[in-house]
Amino acid sequence: MLRPRIIPCLLIQDGGLVKTVRFKDSKYVGDPINAVKIFNEKEADELIVLDIDATVTDREPNYKQIAILAAECRMPLCYGGGIRTVGQAQKIIASGVEKVAISSAALGNPQLVTQIANEIGRQSVVVVLDHKKRLLSKQHDVWTHNGKVNTKRNVLDVAKEMEALGAGEIVINSIDNDGRMKGYDLELSLQLRKAVNTPVTILGGAGSLDDMRAVISSCGVVGVAAGSFFVFKGPYRAVLISYPDITQKEKFIFSALHPTH
Amino acid sequence: MITIIDYGLGNIQAFVNVYRRLHIPVTVARTTEDLSAATKLILPGVGAFDHAMEQLNASGMRATLDELVLVRKIPVIGICVGMQMLADSSEEGLLPGLGWVPGRVRHFRSVTGLSHLPLPHMGWNDIESQSGHSLFKGLESEARFYFLHSFYFECAQKVHEAARTEYGLNFSCAVSVDNIYGVQFHPEKSHHFGVALLKNFAEL
Repeated sequence: MLRPRIIPCLLIQDGGLVKTVRFKDSKYVGDPINAVKIFNEKEADELIVLDIDATVTDREPNYKQIAILAAECRMPLCYGGGIRTVGQAQKIIASGVEKVAISSAALGNPQLVTQIANEIGRQSVVVVLDHKKRLLSKQHDVWTHNGKVNTKRNVLDVAKEMEALGAGEIVINSIDNDGRMKGYDLELSLQLRKAVNTPVTILGGAGSLDDMRAVISSCGVVGVAAGSFFVFKGPYRAVLISYPDITQKEKFIFSALHPTH
Repeated sequence: MITIIDYGLGNIQAFVNVYRRLHIPVTVARTTEDLSAATKLILPGVGAFDHAMEQLNASGMRATLDELVLVRKIPVIGICVGMQMLADSSEEGLLPGLGWVPGRVRHFRSVTGLSHLPLPHMGWNDIESQSGHSLFKGLESEARFYFLHSFYFECAQKVHEAARTEYGLNFSCAVSVDNIYGVQFHPEKSHHFGVALLKNFAEL
């Protein structure tokens, strides 16, 4: 049986690992390579690494750092941040990364998704949609440039469009829930699962294994990703990297797939 | 020496790292000369079928590989698209495959009833291996591997299926004929399960 994917999401700023709250107040939490080594030992399902500066500062992806991370990583790696061309995506895949994530560039130039999929295969193309609930509305708008630019487009419509263009996976990342550890947006998660026929991954808000279980319980086999939950421990947010082992995953999360009657 | 075929596709370094950690000698081949010391071959692959075949055919190594595998019977393992390249043909492309394992590569969507199956098949899945198969020694129970694909290998002869996996249907996630092996999943990214499989291949 295919398992849901439990995915740590690491943010990189100035070459170091950071964690944000609502895309602001970034706090330095350590060295990316060290984090990758710990997730290797803990046998994490997959890893997402996002360079949150690259697009905003209009910088090329840091290929040297990507190659070092990819060589160290013993689980599938998804890398995003600053990818605007087919050539950049190819270079990242060639350095040993399994999937490339595009966000701002996919919104600004949708054909790029198709072009990249044609070159590296759609299984390696991930579109990350940062979203925020519109005031006094049920609609979630897609925001780009690390939460600074509102495209005013409905995240579910954009997800469908990206699937049609060639995305192999859709990740939605809640700006409202980022870093707050109060749980995922379950309603939107289920709407996304129903909207597209690609794998989907939900990011933003995890504070416990129960929060992850709730997503699996309503959406089935999807990816659930988290940042803070895997890097902070306790009420004072002390930095301590953790990840559930296979037994914990089966007992506390995956068991939601086979409810006992 | 275990030799990884580098024709410009696939995560070469991940395989090198696994074998280095196991203290098993490994090398990377980019030319025919690099293949001269090979006693085992790894054929990785990612992306589209035709692109992979074009790259391999243009690498200058194709004729030597046919000789090593078909005449000198050196063990070879194809990984992911590398496994699909072992087939006669693929629904994904027009170019012929290597034709080393009888079969064709099909898209999950071309199977009746799978129109709503989320694709690609992405993530960790169980496998059921043929009992006593040397590639899966120690991996008989509880083994799981990382998959990332939308096309699968359909064996012409069931006897060539070394392991199977269920995703929408039961499909061959590993094949073997004599000295030729293939796995659809990514052992280089499947933690200790994948390490065990690559070690088994080294010890064949």
